Amino acid sequence: MSKPSFVYVTYIATTIERLYQALTSAEFTERYMFGRRVESTWKVGAPVRYLGRDGKLSDSGEVLEADPPRRLVFTWRVEFDDALRREGYSKVTFELEPLGGEVKLTVVHDELREGSGVLKGISGGWPKALASLKSLLETGRPLAISSPESASAGEAAAIEAARRTPL
Amino acid sequence: MDKVFKALADPSRRLLLDRLRARNGQTLGELGEHLDMSRQAVTKHLAVLEAANLVVTLWRGREKLHYLNPAPIHEIARRWIGEYERTRVAALADLKRALEEADHE
Repeated sequence: MSKPSFVYVTYIATTIERLYQALTSAEFTERYMFGRRVESTWKVGAPVRYLGRDGKLSDSGEVLEADPPRRLVFTWRVEFDDALRREGYSKVTFELEPLGGEVKLTVVHDELREGSGVLKGISGGWPKALASLKSLLETGRPLAISSPESASAGEAAAIEAARRTPL
Repeated sequence: MDKVFKALADPSRRLLLDRLRARNGQTLGELGEHLDMSRQAVTKHLAVLEAANLVVTLWRGREKLHYLNPAPIHEIARRWIGEYERTRVAALADLKRALEEADHE
């Protein structure tokens, strides 16, 4: 049986080259990935680093496959949280396919652990980031979004927020 | 968006989505297990869910696996629930669940 995995498919009205650029350049990622700037040459074997707004390493990995602008596969380890970091490397695949005037973007995040905290986090994080990416490419504006930390912190944070927020 | 609402209007199709939410990446056979639905009916419902982009399929070797795609439902939520109201909505949903669970004990 396959390990836990996250799959997200969206259709974006743009060109395949522009979408590939948006996935691989810091100028774009910082506008839709919660301020994270990506750094990589995107050649097979090259390191991939996502840096947070504070300049600290947020996530890291290594390019496994690169077929620009159609396909990119790299490993992914969360670096900003010790417990999540200990879950080790998972794998992210971007597949881009032009269809009519749109590009079908498939994001697969797999090779995650059973009961993975990373899966919980990315299940909240990717949809927000990718919806914002779609908005950025189609309208020139990203979405106003809260951080993935607040999206994934779960019940404790929600209860804490409920205590502090007058309803 | 019409396709999404039509796909969600059927309880059998919602049940299939629930099963994928519980365990993502299942074959047609696995999805149909212990369901009061013919293989044909499952196939038909999955086609409707796929057309609405609620379910996507990926090949793993010879197996065609079905995955829940969160994109359309996320877009619906975003359209009617503001990003900053979401924490409150989630808190209220948690409260409701906690109270209902307490009632059952």
